[in-house]
Amino acid sequence: MFATLAGVLFDGVAYGSLLFLISIGLSVTLGLMNFINLAHGAFAMFGGYVCAMAMARIGIPFLATLPLAFLAAAAAGAALEPLLYRRLYRTSPLNQVLFSIGLTLMSVAAATYVCGSGQQAVRLPRFLLGQVHILGLDLGAYRLFLIAVVAAITLGLLSLVTGTRFGAQIRACVDNAQVSAGVGIDVNRVFGVSFTLGAGLAGLGGALAIAVLGLDPTFPMKYVVYFLLVVVVGGAGSIVGTLMASIVVGIFDVAGKYYVPAVGSFVIYALMLVLLLLFPGGLLRSSR
Amino acid sequence: MGASVEPGEIQAMTQRPVSLTRPSSSLRLPNWQWRPAEIAFWITAVAVFFVLPGRLMLGSQVLIAGLFALSLDLILGYAGIVSLGHAAMFGTGAYTAALLARHGWGEPLTGLLAAAAVAAALAYVTSFIAVRGGDLTRLLVTLGIGLLLYEAANQASSVTGGVDGLGDVPMGKVLGLFRFDLEGRTAYLYSLVVVFLVFCFARVIVRSPFGLSLRGIRDGAARMPAIGSPVRRRLTAIYTIAGGVAGVAGALLAQTTQFVGLEVLGFERSAYCVVMLVLGGVGWLYGALVGAAVFMIAQDVLSSINPVYWQFWLGLLLVLVVLFARGGIMGGLGSLWLWLFARPRAK
Repeated sequence: MFATLAGVLFDGVAYGSLLFLISIGLSVTLGLMNFINLAHGAFAMFGGYVCAMAMARIGIPFLATLPLAFLAAAAAGAALEPLLYRRLYRTSPLNQVLFSIGLTLMSVAAATYVCGSGQQAVRLPRFLLGQVHILGLDLGAYRLFLIAVVAAITLGLLSLVTGTRFGAQIRACVDNAQVSAGVGIDVNRVFGVSFTLGAGLAGLGGALAIAVLGLDPTFPMKYVVYFLLVVVVGGAGSIVGTLMASIVVGIFDVAGKYYVPAVGSFVIYALMLVLLLLFPGGLLRSSR
Repeated sequence: MGASVEPGEIQAMTQRPVSLTRPSSSLRLPNWQWRPAEIAFWITAVAVFFVLPGRLMLGSQVLIAGLFALSLDLILGYAGIVSLGHAAMFGTGAYTAALLARHGWGEPLTGLLAAAAVAAALAYVTSFIAVRGGDLTRLLVTLGIGLLLYEAANQASSVTGGVDGLGDVPMGKVLGLFRFDLEGRTAYLYSLVVVFLVFCFARVIVRSPFGLSLRGIRDGAARMPAIGSPVRRRLTAIYTIAGGVAGVAGALLAQTTQFVGLEVLGFERSAYCVVMLVLGGVGWLYGALVGAAVFMIAQDVLSSINPVYWQFWLGLLLVLVVLFARGGIMGGLGSLWLWLFARPRAK
């Protein structure tokens, strides 16, 4: 009983870490630019495919593909932000949603075209397979690795945001972009760099997610609700909030599927509605 | 809009108190007359029946999708309520009609009314959570409601058939006279008549004082209470009406194809509905029908070339429309019309 509960909690935290890694970019986009980017999952998928293809076609080992996934997705973000996204920061949410649904559909079709519609697999290095015994519990080695990676990245992000000049500029822009521009912060650059960073982290998350969530062309559609949910619960633009929300959502989802499998995804959708109703706009910066 | 106001008139209006019982010419309700272009549109829809007898199943699908997009236009185009879960009402209507027929009530017209009632009831109940907050909250809440309902229908497979759907829905004859045939002749005419009647109803609504107050709420929700307009009640009312119309569209689909699959509740159906409406032009009513026609025909042509990659072209189209052509087809036609025929006048 205790062991299963601990196991569910552990899996939930590991799953939540993944969600955090992918969603943090979405949270920044929403908090900084008020942009509802439903296509954010496409960056994660792109990173995932870079990882899978680099392993399968070139033979690069798994750990070495992770930086590649990050760089590729970040490059895609850096290219798309000034080309497409920047034109839409000031339009209505409906236009943003339609635009990003359009991008999502294109990414799904493009992934099918390049890599086929099947599931992609990764070969994990030996030390990440199997179980680790800690305090009488059997914990998956890969999930421990996930949690460690995400913990390191979170610390890095926190020190970036709280400890550097650029971090201060980001916080200023989240609070009020207009005033920030007024005091001489290059708002466009801040948007561009944080969008790129967010896309890169999503790509890394996508690569790490293959062994847990799987990867096929419908990935951005399938998980977009989870990313949105995390951002809604955590409050846009907040790192700690997004982290807490990811872990709550991760635990709820794993526990829901484990203890009440008959209800399926019901738990997570119901949670989303309840939280939205309890905090209408309160947790969301962007709703006026 | 088109009425030009002479400077003298403005002076006269400001000098004498505006009578509430007999509005002056510039305060009258919009014109109720059918324009030639509108009549031509409906004649074209009838002509399709005779000109393209081989494509009538597609034709009725277009009409049904158009009716669904029309119901979204009522809330999005006129009241400014964004929704990503409009398929909840569509699917509810479809399942209502199909379940009624499977349990022995195969009469189509009463089936339509029942579907409209059930879908409207669902819309009324959900309106209290869907019509609140800002655009982002509305998008997410409607999305959540849609997903919740989809999951519910998926789990209740003993009633809804789950992933397999409900096949072989036994459907009676329309008015006891016309059997649904394989070529879709009955389906097309039946859909056309229903869509036309509902369209007239929607046309009346958007031109009524009620419809005008909705536009007022869309353009300035904060000011409407100041002139005595109960904003929440108006939004609930139009959301309920639009839900009923979506239910009729769903029921039409169930009746004409005699099949209901889980996808009637799916996110894709909601999203494509928004796409059709935006493609056609939001806030014209005709935009919904034109957009649905263009969308469905493009889907038919492109997926016959390659079923997997038609989504790519759809996505590209969507991106281009948002970036470069916000008014959609009707907006484009409207500006063309103005450019061609409107003489530049001093304002």
